[in-house]
Amino acid sequence: MVSLVQKGRSPLRDFFVARGVSGVLSLLVVTGLIFVGTALLPGDTASALLGQNANSQALETLRRNLGLDQPLYLRYFSWLADAVRGDLGTSLASGRPVADVLLPRLANSLLLASIAAVFLLPIAIGGGILAAVRQDSWLDRLLGFTSMLLLAMPAFLVGYLLIYVFAVRMGWFPAISVAPLAGGIDAWAKILALPVLSLVIIAQAHTMKLTRTAILSVLASDYILMAEIKGISRRYIILRHALPNALSPILSISILTVAYLIVDVVVIEIVFSYPGLGKLMVDSVAYRDLTVVQACGLLFAAIFIAMNFLADLLALLANPRRRVPARGHTA
Amino acid sequence: MRRVGYVSSLTCFALLILAAVFAPLLAPYSPSAPVHIAYSLPGEGGPLGADSLGRDMLSRILYGLRYTLGIALLVSALAAATGVTLSFLAAFRRGWTDILLGRLVDAIMSVPQIIFALIVLAVAGVSLTSLILTMAVLEATLFYRVIRPVAGDIVAMDYVEVARLRGEGVGWYLFREILPNAAPTLIAEFGVRVSYAVLFISGLSFLGVGVQPPAADLGGLVRENALAISVGQISPLVPALCIALITLSVNGIVDWFIHKYSVRAELGG
Repeated sequence: MVSLVQKGRSPLRDFFVARGVSGVLSLLVVTGLIFVGTALLPGDTASALLGQNANSQALETLRRNLGLDQPLYLRYFSWLADAVRGDLGTSLASGRPVADVLLPRLANSLLLASIAAVFLLPIAIGGGILAAVRQDSWLDRLLGFTSMLLLAMPAFLVGYLLIYVFAVRMGWFPAISVAPLAGGIDAWAKILALPVLSLVIIAQAHTMKLTRTAILSVLASDYILMAEIKGISRRYIILRHALPNALSPILSISILTVAYLIVDVVVIEIVFSYPGLGKLMVDSVAYRDLTVVQACGLLFAAIFIAMNFLADLLALLANPRRRVPARGHTA
Repeated sequence: MRRVGYVSSLTCFALLILAAVFAPLLAPYSPSAPVHIAYSLPGEGGPLGADSLGRDMLSRILYGLRYTLGIALLVSALAAATGVTLSFLAAFRRGWTDILLGRLVDAIMSVPQIIFALIVLAVAGVSLTSLILTMAVLEATLFYRVIRPVAGDIVAMDYVEVARLRGEGVGWYLFREILPNAAPTLIAEFGVRVSYAVLFISGLSFLGVGVQPPAADLGGLVRENALAISVGQISPLVPALCIALITLSVNGIVDWFIHKYSVRAELGG
């Protein structure tokens, strides 16, 4: 019996070190690029703040107050240190601390994305498994065809089609999902229904395709062929031989789906005017509220990188062959 | 059945390109002139109705097609040139060049493209140049991802070694030995990237950071007319459907190409 942690070599620890370092490195490079990009361009935060009222003396004073006269790398590290402590600066448009503006929006986006994920994952993964198990059946073809159509559609088309059918024609749901000030779960449900439905429709095609491919590659393995030769029933082969082996890819597909969902959320929030992080970021781009844009970008990047890390980690944990250190010739 | 799909994709894409090229001849009105009563329904004023300023929707869509297709093709061409050059450079040089480029590409790819683009465009300000350059850099990373392994394989091939031993210059074996061998993968990837770039530019314009008014690409047209959808007009959905039509037909052509030349490499999405 091989112990989970052999001395000197543990795939799990290697993974944490390698992926942790590369994740942090990615985040540093990305924030660095954002920061340097901001600094290199003509017109800085001070002139953006003052706008039309800029004169050279006011600019000079404001630059000193904002620390803009410091060298670039010092400003980057102090921004980074502040960001790590949760101080993301002050919104240029509203003058409020960025964190105060950001957090309620983040909560709204997470609510939307997680409800969508709850509906999306079982449908998409179930559909993918079904399509793979009944490969080349009419069901597989139908699912493949709808996936192809949906993957070619811009996300906002799905949103507006749903608005046209369910809000304008049927009048079942509001076309605009502004959060209710009062009202219980049913008020929220009415508002979230169409955005959630849009997200489920948009994101499921990709997830279903990935799941189908993953299951098909498991079904093509030698041990499945062996089980078939032994005369084991198809049902038993799929439930007891194929699915446990497909668990690792399915887990990482699920997490990646959630990561991509967060991107689709940006567009869907704009379609439905839903007050989430994506809408905040897009609105801030329009106002050139750079501190808020930076903070939103940092948050989206961090969430996305963390999700990718989690996906790889779960895939590793769900696969005993990779979890246990390789010995000798078994690579 | 497959054939029907391929033929209709090709025809559809050819028609869209022709419509974009000959937009000035085909458009019944100027795209910027208020020629109808605002919010005219299809048939009342112009075949597809009019927008909130009374501009002819059909004419605006034809001109929008020019922006969408033009930008998508230009971005993909720039990205392909950059991505391919850098991946062969990395494959030749190995060492630090390879490591640094790989790291940079990983870092850029670790953030969703649309988030990256929003940040860069917020900082740089939205103009046609900044838009195209930003998209080209982001797309170039995806070309790099797909072409770098292919480049590595090809550089290690005997015939490249032979060319090197013959004393041929870098330019010679890049253009005479390597590119012809990488062509099928490259062309298929180019098609995938064009269809992706169409969705990308449409998304950015829809969010308001793409092509700026009064000009509008297809995504921008959806944004401009979004309110009309909530009051029951269907004509704003037409530009969105055009976007889907472009990506569908390009994907169909790529499928046909992969099928015909049996491109082995797994293509990124």
